[in-house]
Amino acid sequence: MGEITQYSYFPGCTLKTKAKDLDRYARVCAEKLGAGLVEPDMWQCCGGVYPLGSDEIGNKLSSVRALNDAKEHGRELVTVCSACYHVIKRVNDDMANVPDIQKRANNYAQFDEPYTGETKVLHYLELLRDRIGFDKVKAAVTNPLTGKKIGAFYGCLLLRPSKILQFDDPENPSIIEDFITSLGATPVRYQMRNECCGGYRSMENQDLTHKLVSRIFADAKNAGCEELITACPLCWYNLNQYEGPDKLPVRYMTEVLAEAMGLLDEKPDASELEGVACKCMQDAGKEA
Amino acid sequence: MTPDEMKARDYILKIYDGDFTKCMHCGKCSASCAAYSAMDIKPHQFPSYMAHGKITELMNSKTIWECLGCSDCIERCPRDVKPGKLIDAVRQAVTRQRGGSHLYPEEIPAMVNPDMPQQLLVSVLRRERK
Amino acid sequence: MQRIGVFVCHCGTNIAATVDVSKVAEAAKHEPGVVYAVDYTFMCSEAGQDLIAQAIKDYGLTAIVVCSCSPRMHEATFRKVAEENGVNPYMVEIANIREQCSWVHKDMEEGTPKAITLMKTAVAKVNLDSPLQDGEAPVTKRALVIGGGIAGIQTALDIADCGYKVDIVEKDQTIGGRMAQLDKTFPTLDCSSCILTPRMTEVNQHPNIRLFTYSEVQEVSGFVGNFDVKILKKSRSVREKDCTGCGVCMTKCPSKKIPNEFNRGLNFRTAINIPFAQAIPNVPVIDKEHCIHFKTGKCGICAKVCPSHAVDYEIKDEVIEEKYGAIVVATGFNQIDLHKFGELGYGVSKNVISSLEYERIMSATGPTGGHIVRPSDGKEPKDIVFIQCVGSRCAPGDKRGKTYCSKICCMYTAKQSIMTCDHIPGAKCHVFYIDVRTPGKLFDEFYRRAVEQYGVDYIKGNVGKVTELPNGKLRVHGADLLDQKEIELDTDMVVLAGAIEPNPGIRPLATKLTLSIDNDNFLNEAHAKLHPVEAATAGVFMAGTVQGPKDIPETVAQAGAAAVKAVALLAKDKLKTNPCVAQPDELYCNGCSVCANVCPYGAITYIEKEVRDHGLRETRRLAQVNPSLCKGCGACTVACPSGAMNLKGFTNRQIMAEVDSVCQ
Repeated sequence: MGEITQYSYFPGCTLKTKAKDLDRYARVCAEKLGAGLVEPDMWQCCGGVYPLGSDEIGNKLSSVRALNDAKEHGRELVTVCSACYHVIKRVNDDMANVPDIQKRANNYAQFDEPYTGETKVLHYLELLRDRIGFDKVKAAVTNPLTGKKIGAFYGCLLLRPSKILQFDDPENPSIIEDFITSLGATPVRYQMRNECCGGYRSMENQDLTHKLVSRIFADAKNAGCEELITACPLCWYNLNQYEGPDKLPVRYMTEVLAEAMGLLDEKPDASELEGVACKCMQDAGKEA
Repeated sequence: MTPDEMKARDYILKIYDGDFTKCMHCGKCSASCAAYSAMDIKPHQFPSYMAHGKITELMNSKTIWECLGCSDCIERCPRDVKPGKLIDAVRQAVTRQRGGSHLYPEEIPAMVNPDMPQQLLVSVLRRERK
Repeated sequence: MQRIGVFVCHCGTNIAATVDVSKVAEAAKHEPGVVYAVDYTFMCSEAGQDLIAQAIKDYGLTAIVVCSCSPRMHEATFRKVAEENGVNPYMVEIANIREQCSWVHKDMEEGTPKAITLMKTAVAKVNLDSPLQDGEAPVTKRALVIGGGIAGIQTALDIADCGYKVDIVEKDQTIGGRMAQLDKTFPTLDCSSCILTPRMTEVNQHPNIRLFTYSEVQEVSGFVGNFDVKILKKSRSVREKDCTGCGVCMTKCPSKKIPNEFNRGLNFRTAINIPFAQAIPNVPVIDKEHCIHFKTGKCGICAKVCPSHAVDYEIKDEVIEEKYGAIVVATGFNQIDLHKFGELGYGVSKNVISSLEYERIMSATGPTGGHIVRPSDGKEPKDIVFIQCVGSRCAPGDKRGKTYCSKICCMYTAKQSIMTCDHIPGAKCHVFYIDVRTPGKLFDEFYRRAVEQYGVDYIKGNVGKVTELPNGKLRVHGADLLDQKEIELDTDMVVLAGAIEPNPGIRPLATKLTLSIDNDNFLNEAHAKLHPVEAATAGVFMAGTVQGPKDIPETVAQAGAAAVKAVALLAKDKLKTNPCVAQPDELYCNGCSVCANVCPYGAITYIEKEVRDHGLRETRRLAQVNPSLCKGCGACTVACPSGAMNLKGFTNRQIMAEVDSVCQ
């Protein structure tokens, strides 16, 4: 197998509950590729959205704790969920570059040593590209998805604001297309792949999110996509909920990776945490 | 501006911590905004409403609840005004007030379905309540 | 001891409001060497100057101190007065009691004692002044113009018409620059080539002008009036004197797939190539990087088919050395790289093009013979969108664009939209703008013509995104800020008015000429208002877009201005050089080389010289300063470990005397 590098792994609340597949396939594939994903002993939900107010601190602390935990273990932090990546990486930038936030967060947290943005935050795709290498991913593919025309759906959270996230070219990105190529499939570029799916507005304003998703699908279909892949559970939900013309199948990127590596339906070694839904969700589930 | 509006404006500016005077009224933010059609006061109007002290209108707008937080406007603004950050600051000036929440727990069960990811619920609650 | 006159200026209330000038004059009377002191309202006025002239006569003055504004203002004025009245002009010292005293203090209690100290310091210095004589340098009566676009062409013609020799060095294989790529020019809609090519021919035929095309300035040394320049004349691999410009070589060349730079990459060219029919010289160049013969040793077809046997693969690059009295920099501009604007579809969709690419499509000499067609399918568009300010007017620190307004785009977009409606009957043009800037003669009227006569649809509001539709059209996502509406406009082509920037070659060139350059790579003029075409470096001038974004009429005007400045220089037989230069004391110099290492102007060399030092006779290695190159910066005098190096007019003794004065 070769040596395994350990990474601190932040799954996020949704990967433990509604997006278990995204999490499951991320782990088994990473292990096969030589990356050990180790969860911190304790972590809390990142908050889903990055707190934009310049005076906000409390809602950044869970990210700070996760970052510091990674630092204490001497590891880089990897996350799969686009939202977690967005929040944690931006909080990390605050801890490194905004003295007021650095001071107040450290005062509250009282770590052994102040945390000042030392940890490097990697999205799973960056883990694949920059640590493992797409060539090694390609070598590990036993079931190449030849002929499949796959479109990447980046959404908004991975790419913007580009000055801080520095994930890829925000207007014409290519990392997921390169990922798709390494799986043997044919990436199809379409311009709406970096536009917002409607995000959390799908709870209250379905007209708006329906319109946005319909634009995305229309553009993707026109370009020749047969399916879309995404790394964000909310994008996955909004795209799959859609009922209308041009709809395409949408899967998680780790599921497609697992398929190409012949690891579909593999259960990871670590025991899965059963998600605890809040009472109202449970009640809603009963009603449905 | 009324004294209350002046206070609110200063509070908004503190949360925003940006420079809306850099705006050159190009409208690229509104042109890029995915939620434009759902908004009453458009993104490009926020800097000029602030400059003219029309704080109450901003705080009463639909816009602050419709903003998706997608950062398209922040990314593309050639003048580094960060309109989305300003919109968010106005929103917080509302939610941080007593009774300023836009969503109450009792309303939620009627809105959810079992397929909704936790991420969705958390995000909505974070944006629409203090 | 000198006989010093001290003149204290009120400068109206500029000085007198915060400095008690009569007190300063009174205090001066007690200073060593001072025989006359007076205060007066405006020393720089004719009456003030007459005061000095009269005092020189009445009191036999040998040195003058003027307490006034900064020497940058009137040092030259007062030196002239002294000279005209028999006092050596370098026996004049200025005490700056305005910028350095009255303008930084608010009350007389602080201002006056300080002004008195400054006066005393100037007196102490002038007591030790020597009557220096200006140096002289000859002037080479030939000008160098770097850049062969309209700016360089016009400058060269203007200088040559005054009777002076001019050389034009142009990097491209032909002169003409950007103007040769334009179709029509605003606001007259003159055909660009039609007004340019007569000038190009004139330059070619002018007895006073030499053209070095496909050439670059390699090295520059020397100083104003005496520049030594090395020009690299790159090998065309074609003998200019034999070539007739018949073009047979181009029709036979097998290497055909090279992106055509003249057409901004919209079509291909051959490895041996003349970029356009009116090129001057009308002689091709073999692009060695793409030529099969130069890469592999095979082919050689062009040499075989040339009816004049002008192709010669053995021609080597040549370095030409020439002397010039004046240099004019006119290296022009390029459009910024628009690939960073992926949201507008540039680089993604073939039908999203830059304004310069569109200009080539509209041109009869362009890739489509002047027929406006979509690059993707060659079909004629019926609807075109123009997007303004792409990469201009951005905030400082923006990663994609420039902070400045590119000045020409509002006008050329109006022009391009008018031309489109002329070319394609029934075409609809839309312009997404932020502002419409039309600050020239007949400019606003031209824009109104586009709106009122041609029905061009001007929409206030920049564009968010451009996407491709299934039917091959482009969808423009924008917002109309006046009607407050979302816009989804389906169109056939999108033209981006991208920002312009100086050609990249200007950076290394500025280093070679020691020119000041700003963060956007525009050359800095010596004074923004009053010296728009002169560089701070003496003898170097500038014209055209290298100094800042501008249109053709402004470029031609600047070219004339630069020409007259150059001619003013060339018309002199001798140049006076500043005598305040460094000079080593031979008895103290030990030839350590520290001074040469710190001299920014390369003015110091070393010689072996026999020295007689207190009875000792030996040959020593001594520093020698070239007074023409030395700018009097003083770095060598500070660095010199033995104190041998001194600056005339600012000697070590004088500096110490000034310090003593301040510390009293």
